[in-house]
Amino acid sequence: MEEPAPSGQPGTNSDEAALLARMQVTDAAAFEACVRMHCGRLLVVARRILRNDEDANDAVQDAFLSAFKGISQFKGQSLLGTWLHRIVVRAALGRLRRRNRHPERSIEDLLPHFGDDEHQIDLPVPWQEAPDWSLQQEELSELVRRCIDRLPDDYRIVLLLRDIERLDSQETAQALETSLGVVKTRLHRARQALRTLLDPHFRRGDV
Amino acid sequence: MNCREFTEFLHEYLFGDLPAEERAEFDKHLAECPWCVAYLDSYRKTIQLGQAAFSGREDGPPPASAPEELIQAILRARSRSS
Repeated sequence: MEEPAPSGQPGTNSDEAALLARMQVTDAAAFEACVRMHCGRLLVVARRILRNDEDANDAVQDAFLSAFKGISQFKGQSLLGTWLHRIVVRAALGRLRRRNRHPERSIEDLLPHFGDDEHQIDLPVPWQEAPDWSLQQEELSELVRRCIDRLPDDYRIVLLLRDIERLDSQETAQALETSLGVVKTRLHRARQALRTLLDPHFRRGDV
Repeated sequence: MNCREFTEFLHEYLFGDLPAEERAEFDKHLAECPWCVAYLDSYRKTIQLGQAAFSGREDGPPPASAPEELIQAILRARSRSS
């Protein structure tokens, strides 16, 4: 059973179909409209992956140029925005791979550790219920985003692609040029590691 | 099943297509282990928190921060490459 990973609705509305048709006959104004319509959202995606504005700008530019080059092959089987989203994810991952030539730090310290009795050494404590989370929503989101940023890139990216960008496991494996098994393992470890980082903030009685 | 196995294969329990007898092993362990109940709950909340941390940014208007400079650079690059 695959976890739900909603993507854009298939098909196009008439405005989008008209824009696409104009781009496919290289109407410059249509390209500009497309850039203005989608650039901001794609920049957010690229910044999440790359965590660097300059690299994110370059990835977005690469993505648009790649999309425009292949626009004649785009048949409108998904929304234009969904198609562009996939392209910018690939462009950002390509830049991240070129940038990350240093060895990844280990995730081991953030995973549960077990004693000889097979219980966790640091026994889990129940978390507060959601309505009791005392932080304001934006403050809470900022805390979670900071914790996600602390994950090693190999794990952070799988978490972002699956849980935030809503790619399914197959799409994530293709984007990362790896197997479904690796995606599943990294996603689980990423969630476990994120849980470890969030634990001090949410365990009952500690806030 | 022990806590190590429960934790290692928790993802399968939550999202996998486990046969009924394997699922029953997880359920049996949960009935006996308050720590794994707490871990499972916090793992679920972690997923929710991760998703919520970026939500609200998707459905709103595109961020105003798409710099005009970048838009123009893209359009110039397209002109050069066409």
